Amino acid sequence: MSPLKIKKGSSRHSAYDLRDPNADVIETHTLGVIVDNEAGVLARVIGLFSGRGYNIESLTVAEIDHLGHRSRITIVTTGTPQVIEQIKAQLGRIIPVHEVHDLTVEGPTVERELALFKVAGKGDARIEALRLAEIFRANVVDSTLESFVFEMTGTSEKIDAFAELMRPLGLSDIARTGVAALSRGMA
Amino acid sequence: MTRQMSGARMIVEALKDQGVEVIFGYPGGAVLPIYDEIFQQNDIRHILVRHEQGAVHAAEGYARSTGKPGVVLVTSGPGATNAVTGMTDALMDSIPLVVLTGQVPTFMIGNDAFQEADTVGITRPCTKHNWLVKDTNRLAETIHQAFHIATTGRPGPVLVDIPKDVQFATAAYTGPKAARVSHYQPRLKGDPDRILTLVEMIETAERPIFYTGGGVINSGPRASALLRDLVAATGFPLTSTLMGLGAYPASGKSWLGMLGMHGLVEANLAMHGCDVMINIGARFDDRITGRIADFSPKSRKAHIDIDQSSLNKVVHTEVPILGDVSSVLEDLLAVWKARGSKTNAAAVKKWWMQIEQWKKTRCLAYTASPRIIKPQYALERLQALTAGHDRYITTEVGQHQMWAAQYLGFEAPNRWMTSGGLGTMGYGLPASIGVQIAHPDALVINVAGEASFLMNMQEMGTAVQYRLPVKQFIMNNERLGMVRQWQELLHGERYSQSWSEALPDFVKLAEAFGAKGMQCSDPADLDDAIMEMINHDGPVIFDCLVEKHENCFPMIPSGEPHNKMILSDGMVGGAISESGAVLV
Ligand SMILES: Cc1ncc(C[n+]2csc(CCOP(=O)(O)OP(=O)(O)O)c2C)c(N)n1
Ligand SMILES: [Mg+2]
Repeated sequence: MSPLKIKKGSSRHSAYDLRDPNADVIETHTLGVIVDNEAGVLARVIGLFSGRGYNIESLTVAEIDHLGHRSRITIVTTGTPQVIEQIKAQLGRIIPVHEVHDLTVEGPTVERELALFKVAGKGDARIEALRLAEIFRANVVDSTLESFVFEMTGTSEKIDAFAELMRPLGLSDIARTGVAALSRGMA
Repeated sequence: MTRQMSGARMIVEALKDQGVEVIFGYPGGAVLPIYDEIFQQNDIRHILVRHEQGAVHAAEGYARSTGKPGVVLVTSGPGATNAVTGMTDALMDSIPLVVLTGQVPTFMIGNDAFQEADTVGITRPCTKHNWLVKDTNRLAETIHQAFHIATTGRPGPVLVDIPKDVQFATAAYTGPKAARVSHYQPRLKGDPDRILTLVEMIETAERPIFYTGGGVINSGPRASALLRDLVAATGFPLTSTLMGLGAYPASGKSWLGMLGMHGLVEANLAMHGCDVMINIGARFDDRITGRIADFSPKSRKAHIDIDQSSLNKVVHTEVPILGDVSSVLEDLLAVWKARGSKTNAAAVKKWWMQIEQWKKTRCLAYTASPRIIKPQYALERLQALTAGHDRYITTEVGQHQMWAAQYLGFEAPNRWMTSGGLGTMGYGLPASIGVQIAHPDALVINVAGEASFLMNMQEMGTAVQYRLPVKQFIMNNERLGMVRQWQELLHGERYSQSWSEALPDFVKLAEAFGAKGMQCSDPADLDDAIMEMINHDGPVIFDCLVEKHENCFPMIPSGEPHNKMILSDGMVGGAISESGAVLV
């Protein structure tokens, strides 16, 4: 044993160790969480993330089984492998949570997001916006003489890419749903 | 046959069906119908506290000392918010509580009605689960589910918020058997493969240690019994967290004492130097591990816990076993015995010789004084004079708490009630009340600091009203001692706001409440005074004037590893060698 000698008055020892032991690799995971569709369940999930300092990149929720009162929450989150494990374990502790699936590790998944883009413009810009929308397979769901609303479904990256292209062409508003995800195949 | 009744009556019925004998509470507008029902029956006893925080800590003391859930009833708004600290405390220490709160009528919720608070919103992070019941048809069932969730898996506090109109409305009562079972059914049995791996580790370990925690106590008396069997059969050393004291007897051969920030040298060094660490129902709290990177660097670790989120949360363990301590220990013992009850006895003997060397440090030795009562001396005497009694100890938070953990010995589980995870000053007095309610004939002592005692001293009124002979043993150093210690050691002796000024005369305070007050300042008088306290048939405030500037050692400052401890004042303030300097 080495007896510890400390200098009186060295407040570097606070009541807590101030170094973060977890500052290593950051991963992104998509989680599928099946919950009872009851009051407050979303608040519990969100409160867990804010209370414990976890990240939410995106979160979607909707009822998937009306008779069984079940909803599916899809969460895209980031963290070290240890933090991701903690998030799953902590989600599992929430009483109305029935299942927690880490789609990222459970195998190949389909991940989709829906977005609406409002693009205002005239002349060449307007034509160019429409042409790009066709290439990206975005649908026109509303149009005036000076604007379009495009609808697009795809991966988040594709939506990002389309948004970048629309920006100089008069993009004025975006609404995104966040990611919905399922594992591929029968699993 | 369905029984129609009001929501308020339903609550009382449901509590009876759950076997509740006592509730701790405080009335108010939003719970008057329930209090009306309580008035009209005699099966459930209601203990009227003086502050809702007191009700929750009393329920914690009751729960911790019996293994049964504690039940609390408080009104809406301020009643509920006053209960928040207690629920947070219970959540941190895994204490089963069912807290019932009144709420404004459903049609007024959201209108900022009189005494309205978003109780489920406020208490969501400090309960295991909570409910707002908006329909009397769901009320009884919800209460049954509340008991199920509070007491199964990792125990914890739950809250049921009940609007006043739901209490008045009539519906059919649902009994516990008819209530829908929640899907919440935690797994009790450990994974057999992992248990086998742990058995192999036990068979070959050269420097093993058991590191046990509150989970052993929560798992029930059988878990403690199995732990004792396992320790006796293997002969391995054992240390425990603050929360786990008593699961293994302090007089047991394998007992190394508590570990952690104020743990014993031998316990911390054994943790640091072991090759196999078996964590049973503890959670690698930061007061235990010190600096994570240097925590027990050479050991293979196994961890038995009922909470998945405790496994690999802080410390990576090679063999995490999800399950109930009793169940896992039972399987573990069966497998280990079936394989011939093997250990590496020669190596373990050598390990014990090493441990005996460490014990020679006599880290709890202190300089006695003929004139001033040293806090350590006070506790040694308290231990000596009460050990033969049917004794329960609660504590407040501070130096006195750590000294109590170091100098008092616990032979059985459920005998030691302290606020570990939250460190709540003001816990001990109300907790002692809850313990005494559960064990009317036992000797119940709250080892207190003068500052902590003041935080819930109103509960002396409760003690007197119900003739609860709780002994408040105040180790009065006229300081927020633990704060003063940190300031002395780490903040340049700048004693910012850590004086207990303008203290009341505790003897007169006791008398004002109708209790007995005593004061002792001379070590020569201490034994007689303690005996007088014990023999008094009623509540006592014992003002024990102790040395004001004593520090609590050993101490591992936060962020240091287990093999770096401050052992005495003599080690503080000297020249610091490069290697001993703070590693920030
Ligand atoms: C409610 C609450 N507030 C503040 C603290 C911080 N704190 C920890 S110990 C302590 C001093 C306790 O003084 P006392 O009860 O006299 O005990 P002593 O350390 O002197 O034995 C304080 C202020 C706490 N633990 N709880
Ligand atoms: Mg004090």
